[in-house]
Amino acid sequence: MTPAPHRAYAGVPVWIAVVAALGAAFVLLPLVAMVSRVDWAEFVPLVTSESSVAAFWLSLRTSVTATLLCVVLGVPMAVVLARTGFRGQRVLRSLVLLPLVLPPVVGGIALLYTFGRRGLLGQAFDALGVTIAFSTTAVVLAQTFVALPFLVLSLEGALRTVGTRYEAVAATLGARPTTVLRRVTLPLVLPALVSGAVLSFARALGEFGATLTFAGSLQGVTRTLPLEIYLQRETDPDAAVALSLVLVLVAVVVVALAHRAGGPSGVATRRRGS
Amino acid sequence: MRRTPRVVTALVGALAVATALALTGCSGATVDTATSATPTASDPTLEGSITVYAAASLTTTFTELADEFEKANPGTTVDLTFAGSSDLVTQITEGAPADVFASADEKNMAKLTDAGLVDPSASEDFATNVLTIAVPPSNPADVTGFADLGKSDVKTVVCAAQVPCGAATVAVERATGVTISPVSEESSVTDVLGKVTSGEADAGLVYVTDVEAAGDSVTGIEFPEADQAVNTYPIAPVADTANPAVAEAFVAFVTGEVGQGVLRDAGFGTP
Repeated sequence: MTPAPHRAYAGVPVWIAVVAALGAAFVLLPLVAMVSRVDWAEFVPLVTSESSVAAFWLSLRTSVTATLLCVVLGVPMAVVLARTGFRGQRVLRSLVLLPLVLPPVVGGIALLYTFGRRGLLGQAFDALGVTIAFSTTAVVLAQTFVALPFLVLSLEGALRTVGTRYEAVAATLGARPTTVLRRVTLPLVLPALVSGAVLSFARALGEFGATLTFAGSLQGVTRTLPLEIYLQRETDPDAAVALSLVLVLVAVVVVALAHRAGGPSGVATRRRGS
Repeated sequence: MRRTPRVVTALVGALAVATALALTGCSGATVDTATSATPTASDPTLEGSITVYAAASLTTTFTELADEFEKANPGTTVDLTFAGSSDLVTQITEGAPADVFASADEKNMAKLTDAGLVDPSASEDFATNVLTIAVPPSNPADVTGFADLGKSDVKTVVCAAQVPCGAATVAVERATGVTISPVSEESSVTDVLGKVTSGEADAGLVYVTDVEAAGDSVTGIEFPEADQAVNTYPIAPVADTANPAVAEAFVAFVTGEVGQGVLRDAGFGTP
């Protein structure tokens, strides 16, 4: 085997590699164990049953909508957090990122008290004739709530990394703030935006606790893939395992996409955009 | 390189702690009701600890019964694990160390007897439970009986047909000819009750004992058709229990006078 041409110094201690291998096995072994339980003869009928397909499409639809909402709300949030300084900004950042560490079921309860029938905003919505509880909207709200911090976090980090040099130059050349944002800032952090959006999508796809607490569970309306898996497990563990595998495959594809979009070369290659 | 061993020790230590935390975290809701019982046992044959796996709907009653059992038999300890019956069956089938299993329906007990994990002759029915309508105290949709749940403007939440309370719901619908179009089909009766107590739903179909346990946060509306679907709760020692004497004694305690009294007070019926 010929050594790699540009190999940098890689003095990784042996014990680090051993522990790393242990960690990798810890993550991968359960997946292998799950795949080993899949009933392959029944796999296709199980994942193409009416309830499975309904859950799959509902999950895709709501996760895509939630991701779009995350981009619409998250980009301005990241820009404000990265490019401005005001009193209480650090506290605000911690609070905004709270859904990352909150158990989803707590998020569900919080959403219930906000958008529920007796909630803070729910009563106003009710007066307008809009009911959120038990609707697909509730699913999207729950998913957006838990997924938003992923986008804000990755985009804010990228914004700080690229710095304000190009933006300052653009501004001195007479570009208005909106033009700078559109023509300079966003193209610079596009890879981070894409990977952040992909991560948000993945988080929305896996959302379970908040949806169960806040939106309920009805086929085609609120019962997303994770909820369907949870329910199928009661009577048909084979179907639950088959659907879990589908979810794992989707997750693998999503992670691979995020990895490609957000690789370290991503930011560098986009620099020419200025 | 000299510092490596210390770092390794620290890392391995951290890993061990993390693993231990993860393991205890995964062991589920085990409630240790052990009191400071002195080892001076009145009945020397009954000694040691058992683990009872009981359906979630038995949480309150079995916590009380375990306490009473330990008081009556100093030297014994009863550990309790509560979850949905089918979850518990999965755990026992996968080798969880259960000594006694109390199920919320006969179907889940049958899974264990079929698998040879419970002796069919040892299984005893100890309680029954029927459905009731739970509504928020203000009863916003003016629900008075089962037929009201079929109305389209009544937001009704039920259990999904896959779980015991949902199967009972389907049976009652068949018997009455009333078709419910629920706004949600939950995977557990607790989730149904949650939707009613939070005021999101106008009505939910839950067990009589759930309404009893929920206190003032919901109002129960009993309906005669509930008799069409009576859930029977069986209990049995698990075949390969390490402590058959205590396990059998606990089963006898639950089916005996004290056990039946506690269960009756909580709203359970007698089989």
